[in-house]
Amino acid sequence: MKQVPALKIDGITIHQSLAIIEYLEETRPTPRLLPQDPKKRASVRMISDLIAGGIQPLQNLSVLKQVEEELQLTWAQNAIISGFNALEQILQSTAGTYCVGDEVTMADLCLVPQVANAERFKVDCTPYPTISSINKRLLVLEAFQVTHPCRQPDTPTELRA
Amino acid sequence: MTESGKPILYSYFRSSCSWRVRIALALKGIDYETVPINLIKDGGQQFSKDFQALNPMKQVPALKIDGITIHQSLAIIEYLEETRPTPRLLPQDPKKRASVRMISDLIAGGIQPLQNLSVLKQVEEELQLTWAQNAIISGFNALEQILQSTAGTYCVGDEVTMADLCLVPQVANAERFKVDCTPYPTISSINKRLLVLEAFQVTHPCRQPDTPTELRA
Repeated sequence: MKQVPALKIDGITIHQSLAIIEYLEETRPTPRLLPQDPKKRASVRMISDLIAGGIQPLQNLSVLKQVEEELQLTWAQNAIISGFNALEQILQSTAGTYCVGDEVTMADLCLVPQVANAERFKVDCTPYPTISSINKRLLVLEAFQVTHPCRQPDTPTELRA
Repeated sequence: MTESGKPILYSYFRSSCSWRVRIALALKGIDYETVPINLIKDGGQQFSKDFQALNPMKQVPALKIDGITIHQSLAIIEYLEETRPTPRLLPQDPKKRASVRMISDLIAGGIQPLQNLSVLKQVEEELQLTWAQNAIISGFNALEQILQSTAGTYCVGDEVTMADLCLVPQVANAERFKVDCTPYPTISSINKRLLVLEAFQVTHPCRQPDTPTELRA
């Protein structure tokens, strides 16, 4: 698909971020990234798919390049706003400390990077208090900090933390 | 749930995402009721207040089952798999499961969202067909290659999986958008084999409660 990420692990190569995460969950099950209860698992997948299938693909680089340059920002913003409008509503019924209940799940792994995209595209997140507060709580966790775009091997100097 | 306790599927006959879930329900022998949501009539029934409360993304499918409402077709299918595990829609082996999810996500996240109605409406009318075709061609180029290593009779090995539920509706979309599928012999032959199976036939867009008369089988 000529996209990142791809993971080489256990003799195979997997791409599609959620397929990778579900494989990691099934082969390295602790700590859990999906709850045990099927209904809560459905909520986690629903939120993850909303972001990974319903927002991000519409505002990624290869799609934006097909839109006229002066319309690209609005296009990206619209994709994010539509998705966040829905997500903010859904989180009313699923969220505890995090997206689904009080444990970090795959849904949270999707949320934080998407909020970062929203900031990059100058989307006003005031209408999304639940998204914003969950994002804030997640960003203080070590796993979200060490993996942040500003701390990667390929982070340009001017963007390094 | 209806008074009878049956699950309720909110579906549009031609929605490829809805078709995926219809196939899963058929394969698992789950009886359900359909509430058709017409994506075009009345400005799009998915935008009604009632439906928006059910699915804030204003999209089909949505499934009311076991006291909850789930949307996002793959989340629905994985829930059905976990609660009604036979027949399987995902293999037992984690590496094969990864292949199934990878193919499903490629289609459901990498192709379909780029050529669905709400995105096409944002593109100038005379560019819409090319836009949709490009989305499908990019995805099918990748998929044809991936299937070289995963496919047996079907997308992953010789059993029908969630990946096949995604493939058939996407090929139907390709045909609707006049994409030439000659460069994709593996996709085409798997699609052909799947279309003869009963679950794919009874759930076909041409046989739904809301199929317009002129498109009925």
